[in-house]
Amino acid sequence: MDPLSWTGSIAFLNPLLFAALGLLAISILIWILIGAVTPEDRSITNVGGTLSLSAGPQGLAALAVRVTFLASAVILLAYIVLGLFMGTGAGIIGALAQRMLPVWIALILLFTLSISFKRRLGLYGKLFDSPIGMIGFGLVMFWVFTGIFGAFDMIITHDPLAQASGMKNKAPGTPLRGAEEGDFAWYLLGGDNLARDVFSRMVKGAWEVVKIAPLATIFAFMVGITLGLPAGYYGGKLDTFLSFLANLILAFPVILLFYLLVTPEIVATGLPQYMAVVLFAFPMVFFGVLLNARYRTQPQKNLMILAVVLVPLFLMYMCLINAAGSKIDVWPLDFFDVPGGILVVFVSVVFVNSPTVFRIVRGLTMDIKTRDYVAAAQTRGERPWYIMLWEVLPNARGPLIVDFCLRIGYTTILLGTLGFFGLGLPPESPDWGSTINEGRKLLSVYLHPALPPAIALLSLVLGLNLLADGLREESLRD
Amino acid sequence: MGLFILRRVGVMILTALCLTFVVFFMTNLYPNLEKLAKTQGNFRMSDEAVASWLEKGGYLQSTPKKYMEWIGVAPSYQHVAEDGTVTGRCITPGMDPAEAPRFCGILQGYWGYSTVFKDEVSSIVATRLSLTGTLMFWVMVVMVPSALILGVLAGMKEGSATDRTLSTFAITTTATPEYVSGVLFIAIFSSSAVGLKWFKGTATSAMESPNIENFLLPVLTIALYGMGYIARMTRASMTEVMTAQYIRTARLKGVSFPNIVMKHALRNALIAPFTVIMLQFPWLLNGVVIVETLFNYKGFGWTLVQAAGNNDIELLLGVSVVSVLVVLITQLISDIGYVYLNPRIRIS
Repeated sequence: MDPLSWTGSIAFLNPLLFAALGLLAISILIWILIGAVTPEDRSITNVGGTLSLSAGPQGLAALAVRVTFLASAVILLAYIVLGLFMGTGAGIIGALAQRMLPVWIALILLFTLSISFKRRLGLYGKLFDSPIGMIGFGLVMFWVFTGIFGAFDMIITHDPLAQASGMKNKAPGTPLRGAEEGDFAWYLLGGDNLARDVFSRMVKGAWEVVKIAPLATIFAFMVGITLGLPAGYYGGKLDTFLSFLANLILAFPVILLFYLLVTPEIVATGLPQYMAVVLFAFPMVFFGVLLNARYRTQPQKNLMILAVVLVPLFLMYMCLINAAGSKIDVWPLDFFDVPGGILVVFVSVVFVNSPTVFRIVRGLTMDIKTRDYVAAAQTRGERPWYIMLWEVLPNARGPLIVDFCLRIGYTTILLGTLGFFGLGLPPESPDWGSTINEGRKLLSVYLHPALPPAIALLSLVLGLNLLADGLREESLRD
Repeated sequence: MGLFILRRVGVMILTALCLTFVVFFMTNLYPNLEKLAKTQGNFRMSDEAVASWLEKGGYLQSTPKKYMEWIGVAPSYQHVAEDGTVTGRCITPGMDPAEAPRFCGILQGYWGYSTVFKDEVSSIVATRLSLTGTLMFWVMVVMVPSALILGVLAGMKEGSATDRTLSTFAITTTATPEYVSGVLFIAIFSSSAVGLKWFKGTATSAMESPNIENFLLPVLTIALYGMGYIARMTRASMTEVMTAQYIRTARLKGVSFPNIVMKHALRNALIAPFTVIMLQFPWLLNGVVIVETLFNYKGFGWTLVQAAGNNDIELLLGVSVVSVLVVLITQLISDIGYVYLNPRIRIS
């Protein structure tokens, strides 16, 4: 087997791509310069009384940017499409494109479906009107699908924990020595310092993020909303107390907190588990109060709905916090155990994120409670919790959804930080932070182990930020 | 105003006490103490030996009592051995127990002794803090002006080409945590694999003589992450000011655009970013820890990692006291500065 080059037989695209990217950079520069020097395009009043913009140099420059951007995108697409058909014939890029086939199919399906039904999909559909939002959403979903398919062992080429002899620190595209029938014959992105496949580890790392970050953010939002609504609505002593607690956590340097929470000695005392008992109870409280406030006047229906929702939640809760052989071992019906490391990481991330959510919800509530519809509900004689959860919360959803996207990104960064310091997750875990930490030690000689996870993390968080930006723009347009 | 400051200071002290108590409680949990006893004494100690070692050091008292001793508001623990010799926290070897001070805590300037560095905590914290101070100074010098310029340029004309390009740049930097940008910088500028080798990949030599070659990358790494956020805040504040009535009046009056930006808009637009810059300190602290580990610059953040990783309880406590104080004082300055800068807010 020969080692693979980056582009193989589609190398003829490289000069085209460089030319397109160069032109794009130049056109952006010209666009900025012209925008700074020339006046804005003037509007002209036509004979019929209609207005039109004069075609000025600014419009031309913007057109140039758009054309060169499209050209670069088309060439990048060509790499992927050609790679899909030629596989390893098109070098590493081709092989990667082919391995990612399920992701491409899922992305194309998702985008065609969403765009064709976008008028019926509310805020989510409007996202597809903003190019920035679409790019962000595409990046995010790319990693989400990669994570999900990676979890089913679909994309990866090798076992992310297996070490192959003679593959230590080998460059991308090195053929696997002594590959047997059925093995993938190359390490596409090279091997790390323990001779494991960098590409497979990166794909598995995506699953680590996809599995923890959104769920942790949802929990943080449950905690923040359940405490922030009453703090903003009632104000007074409750508000002072809760805000003090939130500021307390916010003033804590995050890394110090992680070191204090995640060390094995502290885990042995069961402290993170006790925190989990408190933090994980909030979803139950939230849904209990939410439904009770709504159906309070119909006791039979109320009881039924509450039972349907709360009993599974309670079972989940007990299974989550209960682990055989740890400090909390009281519940007989334990269906699953969360691995200790993951639980600790999860708890600390939720703990760090919830005070910020609390502050946002509190601020929004204080703003919204002065509106007329809240006064109307109060006059109707609605209970406070009904007003908070069914009048205030739905009207605060715009900023909260935007913050949710940003916060998933921040959680991803926090998870990376934990991995970077080797806290919580097991040492051989393929998560991006740990991989970056391992790769950085040999960075001056071998770039390939550290760069793929770094770029993956960067693009996921960038995608989330762009998505949040697109959502903000579209929700402001309402 | 005086009352306002007084109240803020009161809340700050309360917060500091709570936070240090939490750190104290967590570092003094029994498994940590047991580990301390074993590293200090002997790894094969029996449980009774550990208990007696801890008893001798006064570690087995109740946590609030220990905390008060550590702060220096309660008389410190003295242990009387069977043969009558008295040992205690305040009694240095060779000192007569009768002459030793009764109180020795943070307030008296006794910060404890580091088991990792074998030195007084206060001197370690002071030297490390000064190293980090140099780093932070240069970070501020790079970050604040460039962030403000970026934000003002972008916010001057909302939706213009400059705005879109700079905003994209700002979003990208906020999406790049330090451990990613640092790795990218080292890969591009200092590795032999790329071959540029313009800068050094470690900042160890910068502790004695910081220069561009060994100090630029760490400074840039920290500055970049905070810069995007400040720039976006400045841009938001600038766009808001630029749509205000008095700016329109100035334009209609015929004031030139640069004049409007410099004389009418800028001062009002910089109030919000000031608080944001101050509130960036806790985040910068985070970045400092990552960057000092990444570039092996042995400053305050590096000390934190060493202390926490090696169960060095007194050093960790000292480090956390300093970092909590830094965070709280910057918050206080930002609160007071906001009121001072913004004449629209009147505190009665």
